[in-house]
Amino acid sequence: MEAHAMERVAAEPRAAERRAPRRKWVRPVLMWLVVVAIIIFCLFPFYWLINVSLKTGPDLAQSDLFPPSPTLDNYDSIFKNGDFTSALRNSVIVTTITTALALIVGSFAAYALARLRFPHKFLLLAVILSISTFPAIAIAAPIFKLWTDIGFYDTYIGLILPYLTFALPLAIYILTSFFKEIPKSLEEAALVDGATYFQAFRKVVLPLAAPGLVTAGLLTAFFVWNEFLLAQTLTSSPKAFTVPVAVANFTGSQKFEIPLGTISAASVVITIPLVAAVIIFQKRIVAGMTAGAVKG
Amino acid sequence: MEAASVKAGTPSKRRSRDLSERRLAAYMVSPSVALIALVAAYPIGYAVWLSLHQYSVRQAGLSRWAEPNIWSNYSNVLSDDDFIESIRNTFVFTVFSVGFELLIGLGMALAMHAAFKGRGLLRTVVLVPWAVLTVVSAITWRTLFEPNLGLAPTVLGKLGIAENVVWLGQSGYAMAVMVLADVWKTAPFMALLLLAGLQVIPDDVYDAAKVDGATAWQRFRRITLPLLVPAILVALIFRTLDALRIFDLPFVLTGGTNGTSTLSLIAQQELTTNNLIGYGSALSVLTFVIVMAVSFIYIRTVGGNIRSLAEDN
Repeated sequence: MEAHAMERVAAEPRAAERRAPRRKWVRPVLMWLVVVAIIIFCLFPFYWLINVSLKTGPDLAQSDLFPPSPTLDNYDSIFKNGDFTSALRNSVIVTTITTALALIVGSFAAYALARLRFPHKFLLLAVILSISTFPAIAIAAPIFKLWTDIGFYDTYIGLILPYLTFALPLAIYILTSFFKEIPKSLEEAALVDGATYFQAFRKVVLPLAAPGLVTAGLLTAFFVWNEFLLAQTLTSSPKAFTVPVAVANFTGSQKFEIPLGTISAASVVITIPLVAAVIIFQKRIVAGMTAGAVKG
Repeated sequence: MEAASVKAGTPSKRRSRDLSERRLAAYMVSPSVALIALVAAYPIGYAVWLSLHQYSVRQAGLSRWAEPNIWSNYSNVLSDDDFIESIRNTFVFTVFSVGFELLIGLGMALAMHAAFKGRGLLRTVVLVPWAVLTVVSAITWRTLFEPNLGLAPTVLGKLGIAENVVWLGQSGYAMAVMVLADVWKTAPFMALLLLAGLQVIPDDVYDAAKVDGATAWQRFRRITLPLLVPAILVALIFRTLDALRIFDLPFVLTGGTNGTSTLSLIAQQELTTNNLIGYGSALSVLTFVIVMAVSFIYIRTVGGNIRSLAEDN
């Protein structure tokens, strides 16, 4: 069987060569055109945002492709804006805490789902997964009311709790599929040697699932950094509001003279960490995005 | 096989381990379950209860059932023109954005699948719009369609298309910008899901078809498309769920004016701007019902995946 496969591998390039001459150059050129078109489609709008962020004054009334007199004034002014810097701080804190908690709580649940035998597993997974499709608006009103009653409104914890709930399903789903792929024999060896299940989980499974933890952590962090509806509903002051709220309300409050230059600069600043993460962790992110979606 | 060798202990030891296994599972799952119950399940119940009451933040307490009957928040919502309009906008937005995302995403996926040299680069590039925050994507497209600053009206105007149109200021046009912004941000996501689907189709199938003399189009139509249906289905449902919940885009682009108000947007505005908690809750509950109906289809579709994860092996 192996020999047969080898034969086919060897035969393939020859067959391709035979058909090739007719359109030797048409296909690659067409291919590259498509590739370039995709790159422009994906990157141009972001370039445009950077372009706008480098314009001030009258330049903002003209649609030049390059800023005629590029300046960093907009960046200067957002970092002098206390509301924006405190929003940055809030976002970093809320994202870090939520991601850490989601990984801890999520990996517990995922290990139980992947490895331990207990009843109603399917039902539990289905319920967890359906939470990820909840419209945030459905819990916004009751949580808003509840938080005002118990003093969680406009606080970090008031954001972290709902974020954790919405991030958990995805984290659990990704981690469960990663845990399942770790060979069982490794843990079993540990169990035979007298380790408890929890020790096997902590000392054998977790280190091996590190890529899964990175993936789940990244997607959780992206979700929290990006979330807008709940942040807009559950916060009201620089004490707790996050970057999307700060940036969106630059737009809302000044109806007549919208500072598009500064808004663009702020937008670029809050997007750069994400773009950097995408470039560094491309493989991990794609693995996480597709984990739940495609399987035979 | 492996399990048998491990489970070979004395019977009593095995039983105690089984018991401790169940108890450990309960411990490990309970924090997640508690959170979900507390922050998702309980609020939904509370939302239903609120929606049956007359309540506004300005009046203290929540003493009265809705009048004249407990369904009146719902009957008010259902006869409200704003609600009908937002339903219409939400569905128009969903159909157009998800439709274009599928077409463009499929095109991108096929290109990435075919391009061997550029694939790694393309995969990174394509993730950039996905990484851009939705709020930022809205701001970006807003600056692209702003009357003087924006490049789009200038270029289109020179081509004689939509001259003297204030894109975000006219209904129809504003919706078009909203759809465009969404397609830009999420077509890449669709493309990556479909690319993953393409990559699991075995090459042998294509080789066999080539040997039989099938043209490229025939191979796409008869092999790729049918085998891609499961991936397309999941991607479509994913995106539909997101589109039905859309909030950030209309909030930043137009504030919901000019024919862009959506279900989540008007519900949020009733709650926070108008402080109508009963009425807003009724709107939220209706949104919830619509989204969960689609979600049910989603869970049914990925049921096989969940089952394989839940299997004990």
